[in-house]
Amino acid sequence: MTEASTGALYDPHARVHLGVFYTGVGPQLLWNDPSAADHVAIGTFVEVARLLERGLFDAFFLGEGLRVRENRGRVHDQDVAGRPDAITQLSALAAVTERIGLVATQNATYNFPADLARRLASLDLLSDGRAGWNIVTTDNAWTGANFRHGGWLAHERRYDRAGQFVDAVTALWDAWEPDAVVATGEAKSWARPGSIGEVARSTDLVDLRAVPTVPASRQGRPVLFQAGDSDGGRELAASRADVVFSANTPYDKAVAYAADLRARLARYGRSADSLRILPGASVVLGDTPDEAVERARWVREEQMSAPRAITFFEQYWGTDLSGYDPQGPLPDIDPVEGELDPSRGTIPIERRTGKLALIARWREQSEQRGLSMLELARQVAPGHPAFVGTPSQVADEWVRYVRTRAVDGFNITPYLIPSALEDIVDKLVPELQERGAYRTAYEGETLREHLDLPPLNP
Amino acid sequence: MSESRLPTAVELDGDGAHPAAWRYSGRAPGAVLTAGALREGVAAAEAAGFTLATFDDAPVPPSTGVNAAGRLEAGARAAFAATITERIGLAPTLHVTTTEPFHLATQLASLDHAGRGRAAWLVGAANDPESLATIGASPLAPEELRREVRDVVDAARLLWDSWEDGAVIKDAATGRFLDADRVHHVDFAGARFTVKGPLITPRPPQGQVVVLAPAALELGARADIALVGGHDTAALGERAAEARETGTPLAFAEIEVLLGGTDASAAGRAARLEESAAWPDTGRFRYVGSAGGFARLLRSLAGIVDGVRLHPAVLAADLPLLAEHVLPALDAAGLHRPPATGATLRDALGLPRPANRFTAAS
Ligand SMILES: Cc1cc2nc3c(=O)[nH]c(=O)nc-3n(C[C@H](O)[C@H](O)[C@H](O)COP(=O)(O)O)c2cc1C
Repeated sequence: MTEASTGALYDPHARVHLGVFYTGVGPQLLWNDPSAADHVAIGTFVEVARLLERGLFDAFFLGEGLRVRENRGRVHDQDVAGRPDAITQLSALAAVTERIGLVATQNATYNFPADLARRLASLDLLSDGRAGWNIVTTDNAWTGANFRHGGWLAHERRYDRAGQFVDAVTALWDAWEPDAVVATGEAKSWARPGSIGEVARSTDLVDLRAVPTVPASRQGRPVLFQAGDSDGGRELAASRADVVFSANTPYDKAVAYAADLRARLARYGRSADSLRILPGASVVLGDTPDEAVERARWVREEQMSAPRAITFFEQYWGTDLSGYDPQGPLPDIDPVEGELDPSRGTIPIERRTGKLALIARWREQSEQRGLSMLELARQVAPGHPAFVGTPSQVADEWVRYVRTRAVDGFNITPYLIPSALEDIVDKLVPELQERGAYRTAYEGETLREHLDLPPLNP
Repeated sequence: MSESRLPTAVELDGDGAHPAAWRYSGRAPGAVLTAGALREGVAAAEAAGFTLATFDDAPVPPSTGVNAAGRLEAGARAAFAATITERIGLAPTLHVTTTEPFHLATQLASLDHAGRGRAAWLVGAANDPESLATIGASPLAPEELRREVRDVVDAARLLWDSWEDGAVIKDAATGRFLDADRVHHVDFAGARFTVKGPLITPRPPQGQVVVLAPAALELGARADIALVGGHDTAALGERAAEARETGTPLAFAEIEVLLGGTDASAAGRAARLEESAAWPDTGRFRYVGSAGGFARLLRSLAGIVDGVRLHPAVLAADLPLLAEHVLPALDAAGLHRPPATGATLRDALGLPRPANRFTAAS
């Protein structure tokens, strides 16, 4: 690829940066396997974080969902559900890990900026510069029902709020001068007078006045990740983020996304190198190509079982489909009018609107190819393993991605904890190292350094 | 009856309870904001055999900067401590007025999971203009505040029950990971907010996180432990009795402590600290004197209060003296025992694991 397509030059020395996006819940995570670890036990998290540290990963990344997923008003019972608060859990992990970055997904709509800034800054100090914040903006009122102000934010304004929120948070992180605290107990005062500032904001979206209690860590501030693919999301990334967690994983989409993002970066006067692009990736490895394909088929079938296929379509039909045979055709009834199931917060944007058109397409598809509900669900539901092959095949593919600057690496979403990650650490990482495309030891101390991000401007 | 008859909590915030403690910490003033300082503090408290460590906090700086102006958020500190300790209970102060009740309940449930059943919550109710300004709000009227504290505690307690024990069934035959009949909306409606539920975190190992609250918040049976002040043992005893009458199972005396080998050496230390900063009276009992005298004082409190929370004036100086002279004396008197490895905080305090109100209801 040339510069024209991705907005950056071919780089023969480019390295793959890896994180794990530990959703902790959801349909991609297999629970029905004897090797699946206890999903809430702290021991599982410690084990995974240390495994990734052994694999020299940049980051361990926790997802967030502020309401337990439901299907037609009842808690959805087929997927792994229930997880810890991200900053609490990462603080616990900070004590028993040494190098790996610790990234918390945190919502900008249902948090108070000064409260969140303080918690993230505390994680950053406790981990000695390894914290990150994945900024998300899920704004639906269904999630808001758990919070003081309910669904207070108009969907169109979610990124206005997020932008102002992030600016207030970064101002709070920047309010202590570098040597604000005196060197000895004999000094006149604990802090040099005037060395700690106050931050005040007063708009209709962000209102606060606070003197922060936490100074900067050795990486300056937590690394900012952005996840969300709309125009507003991309603008937030280009204007403020250090890393994007993108959903554009297939190569062509990744190339187009990189070009788009780099054009946006330039408009904000930022260099192409000031933002890392790490799309989500599910990886299924096998010792032979056939074994990998077979395993990917098994993963897919486990992830989309017959009961799950019914539930999947119920979310779009908005009604009870339990009377339909998953091995039979799509329901002949019309879907219920109205919104998609409120778990939409993490459903890709194109699926959230135009559900009637989507259903029409599915009908056509299943009739033309004679697909049952189950077969169709396996094809159309999101979450197909993106990378299937031997460690060597996947390594080759990833090297192409990074050298052509389509991406800077991947956020791996594991399907089985911990075994799927053990395979990546023990088999895929060495292949990348052999190709000179992966570190052989941590070179830096902070998350910012792991990501090879330029130092923050003073 | 609890395993120890005078369970002993220690406040680990900053360099100690005295405003000038930072001058006597034995390390650079800024070091208090590091992981290393936290690690040392909790390790010392656990090794000493304390039942519980508390982590004071506020949304605003602890002082204007003449004394310490920095502090890490208490929930994060307690969580960090969870994976490097095995026995001691961990109680961050989280304020009901400046946080989201749902987040607060999630954070505490998560702390209990990370600490394998050792989490507690010290209920904070910051209501000064500066604290409320951090969320763009104004102080509440006294009656409103009283109601708000109760509402947030009620909401948190409901949310902790929103997942019944055993809700995760992993039933391969039916393809169900959880039993939807055992995970509940809570539909909490308070005066100023509502919460739908369920919590995003399964029920904490202790069922309910242990709730500590200053007696002045008048939480009654909503709290497990009331923290009572008073300038003499008679006042402590009266307030403890009052708290128990309102339905709080346990009452702990709040005691500020500054020790020396002798009364004279303690008085000398106090005088030196006082030259740098006055130690304001917060209504708590204050002891300045020999370690031996302090052990006698604590022995005399057994039977009057159900436990104590100690606020060492200077952690670097007073924590070692407590560990070396005071806790062993309580131990020898049969009044105190370090919590057992693997026991929950409720076990250590003799508090039962509560039934789940949703299970009880069905
Ligand atoms: C790869 C990826 C991962 C995401 N992970 C989360 C998550 O863990 N929690 C969450 O609340 N939202 C998550 N989101 C949702 C988005 O961050 C965003 O808030 C939502 O998609 C709405 O923004 P949009 O309209 O820009 O897509 C994720 C989005 C993407 C693309």
